[in-house]
Amino acid sequence: MQNFPILSLLTFLPIVGMIFILSLTKRQEKTIKWITLIVTGVQLLIAIVILFFYNFSMAGINDPSSFQFVEKFRWIEITGLAWVGTIKIDYFLGIDGLSVVLVLLTTIVTFIATFASWNISKSIKGYFALFLLLDTAMLGVFVSLDFFLFYVFWELMLLPMYFLIGVWGGPRREYAAIKFFLYTLLGSVFILLVMIGLYFSATETLANGSKVFSFNILTLMDTANYTTTGILSPFNPNNLRFIAYIALFIGFAIKIPMFPFHTWLPDAHVEAPTAISVILAGVLLKMGTYGILRISYPIFPDITIQLLWYIGLFGMINIIYGALAAMAQKDFKKLIAYSSVSHMGYVLLGMASLTTASLSGAVLQMFNHGTITAMLFIIVGIIYDRAHTRDMDAFGGIANQMPIYTGFVAVAFFAAIGLPGLSGFISEALVFVGAFSSELIRTITIISTLGILLGAGYMLWAFQRIYFGELNSKWKELKDLELREYFMVVPLTLIIILLGVYPSLILQFMTTSVNALVKFMGDAQIIISSIN
Amino acid sequence: MDQILNSLHYIKPEISAAIALSVLVIIDLIMGKNKKYLSIVMILGLLATTYFIIEQFGNSSFAFNSDSSKFGLLAVDSFGSFFKLLIILSSLIVVLFSITSYEIKKAKERLGEYYSLIWGMIIGMFFLVMSADLIVIYLALELLSLSSYVLAGITKDTLRNSEASLKYVIYGGVSSGIMLFGISILFGNTGTTNIYEINALFQTQQLQGLVVTLSALLIFAGIGFKISAAPFHFWTPDVYEGAPITITAYLSVASKAAGFALLLRFTKVTLIDSINTDGSWNLISLIDWKTFLIIISILTMTLGNFAALWQNNLKRLLAYSSIAHAGYILLGLIALSNEGLMAVMIYFVIYAIMNLGAFFVVMLIANKTGSEELDDYRGLGKVAPLLTVSLAIFLISLTGLPPTAGFIAKLYIFLALINSKMIIVAFIALLNTVVSLYYYVRVLKYMFLDKSEKEIAPIKINFANSILLIVLLIPTILLGIYFTPLVEFAKNSIALLGF
Repeated sequence: MQNFPILSLLTFLPIVGMIFILSLTKRQEKTIKWITLIVTGVQLLIAIVILFFYNFSMAGINDPSSFQFVEKFRWIEITGLAWVGTIKIDYFLGIDGLSVVLVLLTTIVTFIATFASWNISKSIKGYFALFLLLDTAMLGVFVSLDFFLFYVFWELMLLPMYFLIGVWGGPRREYAAIKFFLYTLLGSVFILLVMIGLYFSATETLANGSKVFSFNILTLMDTANYTTTGILSPFNPNNLRFIAYIALFIGFAIKIPMFPFHTWLPDAHVEAPTAISVILAGVLLKMGTYGILRISYPIFPDITIQLLWYIGLFGMINIIYGALAAMAQKDFKKLIAYSSVSHMGYVLLGMASLTTASLSGAVLQMFNHGTITAMLFIIVGIIYDRAHTRDMDAFGGIANQMPIYTGFVAVAFFAAIGLPGLSGFISEALVFVGAFSSELIRTITIISTLGILLGAGYMLWAFQRIYFGELNSKWKELKDLELREYFMVVPLTLIIILLGVYPSLILQFMTTSVNALVKFMGDAQIIISSIN
Repeated sequence: MDQILNSLHYIKPEISAAIALSVLVIIDLIMGKNKKYLSIVMILGLLATTYFIIEQFGNSSFAFNSDSSKFGLLAVDSFGSFFKLLIILSSLIVVLFSITSYEIKKAKERLGEYYSLIWGMIIGMFFLVMSADLIVIYLALELLSLSSYVLAGITKDTLRNSEASLKYVIYGGVSSGIMLFGISILFGNTGTTNIYEINALFQTQQLQGLVVTLSALLIFAGIGFKISAAPFHFWTPDVYEGAPITITAYLSVASKAAGFALLLRFTKVTLIDSINTDGSWNLISLIDWKTFLIIISILTMTLGNFAALWQNNLKRLLAYSSIAHAGYILLGLIALSNEGLMAVMIYFVIYAIMNLGAFFVVMLIANKTGSEELDDYRGLGKVAPLLTVSLAIFLISLTGLPPTAGFIAKLYIFLALINSKMIIVAFIALLNTVVSLYYYVRVLKYMFLDKSEKEIAPIKINFANSILLIVLLIPTILLGIYFTPLVEFAKNSIALLGF
């Protein structure tokens, strides 16, 4: 199984589906939808196969030999001359405990988003073609181990996302789409600069003994590979590692989105169609935190440790600010969008203390937030499809009219609040346990716990305003869930409950890797500080 | 005399071009009103010339020198051949555009002149990219400019067309006057017009720094006009908007390439002091050339990008975008290294493909709708999916997003810059890309996001044009995913005679 190019299959299957869709005529709407559903369904199956063959004892992180399902071959090789070294870029895919969880999340969320896309009526062919292109880009980011490849996938995401929001979105879709595009491209600019800087700072030894510059993320993690004069090399006394780290962090932070770079998110969410909101919150936001864990942390362990307090601080700001902003919203979808900002804060907080518990919590929170927020956006979509408004004050008493729906809503809301027994509780608890044990950010952690209180506040208040109270006579005609909607909410509910009761199901995949990351950060930091 | 005869085989492409020009003129005279075969004759001539250029690859020698130990008028080298190939291929594409262009069809009685003048430009550009002598540089530049002044106004049917031509003549006249002034000062100080000899003098003798710097700056001004670098870019938008679109495309690619080839050769040959083993250049320290070029480059791209934000005419928008691109390409020169030179060459190939592609789509749409205004692009995505999706890909490539070729072009420029430790410059240039995204995506917004207020008839294009469009599309995407051949080609072509 380890030799079969299963990750390439997983990543590029949507492209095959996209080509099929493009070859169909506009009228074959049913076929187009079914192709998408089959593609995303097969992807989910492939992800499950990967889980079955996953070896729990292999850590990954910085060790190329313990990555799994590795595919590596030379993509670009341009032989050097006297004045220019050999240029070499690898097609290098592989997964470890950090990425396997997010690959699974991506396939689940996209599969469910396909159902959520079922009632799209405008230019169906274009929508599903772009949807599948986005799918490829997202998976590509999580499985690439070469920075260049990572960057290509990272950028590939922008264009489909722009169109998906811009064409199929709400009234202010054009503004939201271009805002998203410009913000993320700005972030990418920082990432690109650091990528090129790193490229010129570290070399890899080829089979024939020659040393070439490298985009390989694992090569870049090993201090021994750095040259003495590279601008981002720890051996260079005038290195720019600190600035580069900040730049890279901003690049990723825009995606998370971390305060103060979050302003694109509410706009994008409010205007995006339901399925795209689901993907945006469910998967895209995780790319920011994943990028930090995969690239910023292990490549710059020295700077990371210097800045942990600030990462925690921004995590805290995200938690509190997001919650307060959510409380002030009248628009149901905007409330969920701000709750995302708040919940991604927990991930940052978890990352700020380098303990196994809190890092596991952070990764698990990525997964749980992905599923819970996906469900929350579906919930918003369901009510919006029926009532054509998201103004929370216009609702009231929906529970009487749509009891089954309200039941599912309750699960999602309580999971978001962090009620024990549901998945959100476990990850938040792990984050807090880990973060509290770190003396450095103890105060921050204590203040952050306010977020739980505020979270309960805005969620319950929203729940009360929308679902309880007197039924507004306008909504007498609303019908309860239909079959397609069950397909979306039931699996997510099951995941939320299952992971609330038995979190090891996901935790077991990442434990080895998270331990390895914590150990690596400590060791590498000692090595680098011994240099200076 | 013997020396002249011996050198003739070095200018086979130019001779071929001159013969093709003559044949074209004669056939035009014989056939009278029948213009059917002119395009075929033109294409055959271009293909023959392409053959001679390819044959010439790898040569490295002076031509037209009084004896073999001396420097000659022309430098025949791979660098020149590379740009000649680029110029001839873009000419071929532009001629193919012209066959379907509505604007050119309307001025059918002048088709003979149109093609002959294109040959005039080609010959001028050919000599420009290989000239090693200030006199040849000036003559070639004038041949190129005079032909393009007329071409800019060739259709004569609209006011803006004549305006374009007139503006071009005035600006062009002034700038070539400035350049000639610079040349004469340089000649007065050195007693020679050969740039290799001038360089030798620079290296051995103490020349009057201020005067020489002034003359070099004046020559830069003349070249700056050709490549539309700020502050000599003012003619560009008006001329690009007014000229027939085929000529706009041609000016933005071929003429700019020739200008850049001259700039690179002039800078490297005249001002160089020595080349380090890592391929970086040390220039003669008259003034801080690097800072000077950085200022010009950043000014050019920033002005181009910010002015493009407000444009509502697609031709004008692309004109400003081409100014911005001149700024990015200048960055390759700023690196002052062979790597930067290679980056410029890679950039030009990719830029030629994507820019010609974008102009082609604009032309095909204008053929049907008769307009290049953005307002008339509303909702075109629905009625012309192939054209609009192609334009979208070309524009995304111009922005420089992966996985399109435009990203590779920018990547190499930034690799060269960062390797020369110019991070701030790279950062400013990258911020510029973010700005440029806005106006490129604005076109996409009009095409795909907006709805047309009036009914628009579906735009159909014929088979030949869709093939041509796809021929331009394939490298735009493919070179973004697999760029080894292009980089190898550029790397092997950077050999400038003498260095």
